[in-house]
Amino acid sequence: MMQSRYLPLIATALIFVIAYALCYLQYPNILSTRVVGNLFTDNAFLGIAAVGMTFVIISGGIDLSIGSVIAFTGVFIAAMLANTSLHPLLVFGLALTISASFGAMMGGIIHYLQMPPFVVTLAGMFLARGMALVISTESIPVKHEFYTFIQESFYRLPGGGRITTIGALMLIVFIVGILLAHRTKFGANVFALGGGIQTSKLMGVPLASTTIGIYAISGFLAGLAGITFSLYTSAGYSLAAVGVELDAIAAVVIGGALLTGGSGFIAGTLIGVLIMGLIQTYIIFDGTLSSWWTKIVIGILLFVFIIMQKGFLLAASAPKK
Amino acid sequence: MNSLKRLAPQLITLAVIILLNYLVFPDFFNIKIANGKFYGSLIDVLNRGAPVALLAIGMTLVIATKGIDLSVGAMMAICGAVAASTVDSGGSVYLALSLALLAGVICGAWNGVLVAFLNIQPIISTLILMVAGRGIAQLITKGAILTFTDPGLIFIGSGSVFSIPTPILIWIFAGISVTFIVRKTALGMLIEAIGINQRASSFSGINARVLLIMVYVVSGLCAAMAGTIAAADIRGADANNSGLWLELDAILAVVIGGTSLLGGRFTLIGSLIGAMIIQSINTGILLSGFPPEFNLIIKAAIIVIVLIIQSPALKAHYQTYRDTKKPPEPAPAPSSRTTS
Repeated sequence: MMQSRYLPLIATALIFVIAYALCYLQYPNILSTRVVGNLFTDNAFLGIAAVGMTFVIISGGIDLSIGSVIAFTGVFIAAMLANTSLHPLLVFGLALTISASFGAMMGGIIHYLQMPPFVVTLAGMFLARGMALVISTESIPVKHEFYTFIQESFYRLPGGGRITTIGALMLIVFIVGILLAHRTKFGANVFALGGGIQTSKLMGVPLASTTIGIYAISGFLAGLAGITFSLYTSAGYSLAAVGVELDAIAAVVIGGALLTGGSGFIAGTLIGVLIMGLIQTYIIFDGTLSSWWTKIVIGILLFVFIIMQKGFLLAASAPKK
Repeated sequence: MNSLKRLAPQLITLAVIILLNYLVFPDFFNIKIANGKFYGSLIDVLNRGAPVALLAIGMTLVIATKGIDLSVGAMMAICGAVAASTVDSGGSVYLALSLALLAGVICGAWNGVLVAFLNIQPIISTLILMVAGRGIAQLITKGAILTFTDPGLIFIGSGSVFSIPTPILIWIFAGISVTFIVRKTALGMLIEAIGINQRASSFSGINARVLLIMVYVVSGLCAAMAGTIAAADIRGADANNSGLWLELDAILAVVIGGTSLLGGRFTLIGSLIGAMIIQSINTGILLSGFPPEFNLIIKAAIIVIVLIIQSPALKAHYQTYRDTKKPPEPAPAPSSRTTS
């Protein structure tokens, strides 16, 4: 029973290793530190946002607003840097405050008005995208020495690969996320909430603060993902990061979280993000496949994992009696 | 009469928004005939609202079963691509339309099987097609915007019958026939039963699985019609942008129309009015010369207001507020019952 909890995570890790091995057999270079380093850098913003999504999904909710929040943060930062002389770090702080309170507000509406998270965050998605469009409909470039400084600081791996600042940031977020989810009271409350609102209420879980906290974390991490995305692209564009919420949900599901809530792994989400990055890298290596195969393969993977989850659930519930 | 009373909030909202449109744009109600076709802002609302109205029909039934269909936008792209590639490779319009509708049926059946037989939550089962669907559509169009010049297919998007643009006729016809089918038979009631309690409805002998699949197939069919109209309108199938975010508009139309996302009782007419409300807002923002950037913010504000009104928690608060306001009435009632 204890082991069956880890089955989805083990399956995800196995699939990742097998897929990587298959890619390696065809293109040995895919295992070079350069490619691995880029895998982290290119997927940093998705990974950071997906950590927030994992919390939300474990609690039984969903957050559709993260793609828009990423875009809003990017445009906000770019506009602030272009029009004021504030230091980027101060602007980052402002952006994170806005995105975290935006998330907390949605959590509050979900809890106090008892509305489905799906619809509330849908409204949030419109609102954040709309705000981004109001700030600017055109892409704003970011030119600041602080940006070049961050972009040019990296840790060189043996073999010429680079762990960039944003790649490292993603790994730190994952580590903090793992500790928060599996080693703190708040994390336990999140899992309890996903198990059922009534039961967690009876268990004494503070529903209001937990729900608001979960969505605040998701908003905060979406903001952080927006900062990462802005460092990655050196620009703010209001139509950027469209559909990132779907990629994040897919990564979480592939990472072994149960979409009904109550079970999941932050570490699994990291593997989920890396699997999606691997598909894209393989398509680039191949060169003849068109990029839309990414979407189809992710769709197929989603399907396979959901079916697998069903199988695990059946297997877990069947031998009880 | 009763149903008119139930739809009053929606009708009032629509009237207010149309009135606002009239205030910012006095020519709003002007309708003239040019090239044998009605023209005017009002006609434009009805015409441009066709895809969302069609999607809302299918979405209403899906939401009534406590489900949701996120894949309608992607299905629109697939079906539009199928229609365009059929006429592009020399097929007739009828073949193109049948193949597009067939594609809608297949997509809908896929969603339905996942929901009904594998018991996957609707958000997730339709998410698969939402993610993969645009990829499939791009495979069909080979990554390009597939343009066509077939007059028969273009007629679907910009033709007219008795001076009325074809898209308007299509959605009104679809709305009337689906309403007729679900309300003149027991189907509508059975769908509501599934949405209220699927287990209970299965125990009472309703074949929930078949009905669920059917509901998603209807949604697929509606998406196929919407996709064909969207493709015919721009004379090309755009796999990336056709129906992009329309699933959200369709869900919004249903929610504004008064159908609860928690399943159960549904109103198709309400959803169609909801679709028209959304389109009037879009047209109004364009006509007023307001920057279109505000479109999303205004929509978000409207969703929040509608949802707060529909919120069960708020209803409970209002109930207690009303009860505390007139305490003498309920107080003596239980005591008199106990004495007698």
